[in-house]
Amino acid sequence: MRPDTHEIYGRRKSRNVGLGVSLAAFVLLVFAVTIVKLGEGAMMEGFDHQIRPSLLPQTGEG
Amino acid sequence: MTELSWTEAQPSRGGDADFGDYIELLKPRVMRLVVFTAAVGMLAAPVAIHPVIALAGLVCVAVGAGASGALNMWWDRDIDGIMRRTSGRPIPSGRIAREEALALGLTLSAFSIVMLALFSNLLSAGLLAFTIFFYIVIYSMWLKRSTPQNIVIGGAAGAFPPMIGWAIATGGVSLESVLMFALIFLWTPPHFWALSLFRNDDYARAGVPMMTVVAGFPSTRRSIFVYSLILAATAILVAFTEIGGPVYLAGALILNARLLHDAFWIVRRDEDQAAADGMLREKRFFGFSILYLFLHFVLILVDAILRGLGAGFASWPVFG
Repeated sequence: MRPDTHEIYGRRKSRNVGLGVSLAAFVLLVFAVTIVKLGEGAMMEGFDHQIRPSLLPQTGEG
Repeated sequence: MTELSWTEAQPSRGGDADFGDYIELLKPRVMRLVVFTAAVGMLAAPVAIHPVIALAGLVCVAVGAGASGALNMWWDRDIDGIMRRTSGRPIPSGRIAREEALALGLTLSAFSIVMLALFSNLLSAGLLAFTIFFYIVIYSMWLKRSTPQNIVIGGAAGAFPPMIGWAIATGGVSLESVLMFALIFLWTPPHFWALSLFRNDDYARAGVPMMTVVAGFPSTRRSIFVYSLILAATAILVAFTEIGGPVYLAGALILNARLLHDAFWIVRRDEDQAAADGMLREKRFFGFSILYLFLHFVLILVDAILRGLGAGFASWPVFG
């Protein structure tokens, strides 16, 4: 029996493939949610020390 | 020592389980019911939700439920090995090390809660966090081994998913989501007490104080009947809320008539009669109870779909 045909390698492969597919699915899900939220007009505000529009007083203009 | 001879000498495969073993650690059968009830809670809500956000929310609920399963198996590893029903689980059978289960459970718990907060809202994430806490700390660590009321109070953990689904869609809690919670909460005791009637030896051997072990069979039979009455009343009540409707009412009347009929047979039997047919009625009640809960949520879903298609009864009496 060749060492690389032992069942332990099959189990490791199954684990690695499963983890890879799970991570890929997670990346796709985050991407899809991001597209949907931006499409729905979710507010984008960078944390870069600039004035955030949502914190400005509402003047009722415009 | 070669790698092969080393691995073959080990009784435990902890650290080298295959992917399916980790899936099993997440209790996929429980996860399916959790995802289904959460999805119904979400779809029955009067607020439309984008399918992608709904899917993302359900994935988080599924992962949170799986994390609870892993943490439960980590905590109950000693009694799982004693009970026939659970001795084949990944930890007692040596396929996964208990430390791995703990690490996976904690990681997935944190991950699912944070992602649900980001994907939907803080309320649903908070409910998910409380559900995991309740199932592990309140039920598994505290109640399960200390009181015959374990399943009565602990049932709340399994009852939260539709409420979480509703919160994902609406961002709130309402009478309807509380009633869906109540449906599962009241269903849990008679379901598990029926199981304990024909699996009493398992629970007694493991030292779990189920009602059959502590209070005896006649008392458990009476409790099943009383809880079935309260459950049936609650299930019918759901028909006259925003999530109910004529389809739900018609189905619920049939299902609850059957539930009460079966519960009546359970309470009027003694142990000699039960032993004579190998606990047939008790096993039948247990099997039917699974279908009972599933079909109630299917009925809620059907009425939600009919309302969505504009085919609901506009004059349907609703309170609350």
